[in-house]
Amino acid sequence: MIWILDITMLFFLVVCAIAAISIKDLLSAIIILSAYSLIMAIVWVEMHSVDVGFTEAAVGAGITTVLFIATLARTEGRSED
Amino acid sequence: MSRIQESVIIRTVVRIMVPFIQLFALYVIMHGASGPGGGFQGGVIFGAAIILYAMIYGIAEGKKKMSDALDKILASTGLTIFAATGLACIVCGGMFLQYHAVPLLPDPAKVSRYLIDLVEIGIGITVLAVMISLFFDISPPESEPEEAEE
Repeated sequence: MIWILDITMLFFLVVCAIAAISIKDLLSAIIILSAYSLIMAIVWVEMHSVDVGFTEAAVGAGITTVLFIATLARTEGRSED
Repeated sequence: MSRIQESVIIRTVVRIMVPFIQLFALYVIMHGASGPGGGFQGGVIFGAAIILYAMIYGIAEGKKKMSDALDKILASTGLTIFAATGLACIVCGGMFLQYHAVPLLPDPAKVSRYLIDLVEIGIGITVLAVMISLFFDISPPESEPEEAEE
């Protein structure tokens, strides 16, 4: 609908995705993935799919981030490759 | 006890916010049939509230509110509610989860509405218990610095 918002959100989505797979520090990657999920939720809501956006915000940006960080606290925190 | 967990601001804000998050989760569960939301999302939000509490006040304190035994009981209770509602529809001559087959009230539409809510509550209870037990199983033992999320 609001195509400028759409283009901006999709651009940020691509930036977040590339940053998340190319960054070395895993904690930063998790936080960027959380930002990715938040933008994805906004995109879902913008596409009139409120239910999916709701789930994305609750699970993607909320629970998944917490579980990833809890897992990270038990491991090293640096990527080898 | 990390620095984040000692901060009086974060502790106070979490203590005030948790009941409101839980209230919102109940709203999301009960309005799942008529609006956005539903059992899964509401259960995740409810679980996130308790996870937030456990992150700031410590895993041991969180386990006092939500022990492993209670987790198991809740997870199986929700599943039982869901399955029993579905099977009750079969017993009354319909298909699985065909709500209006149940002759509970004279108006089939009303029966269907109440039973959908019942199923959503069952889903919500199971999801919240599983989310919390996932967090408790994965989280490091104690005194590890963690980020305050949400």
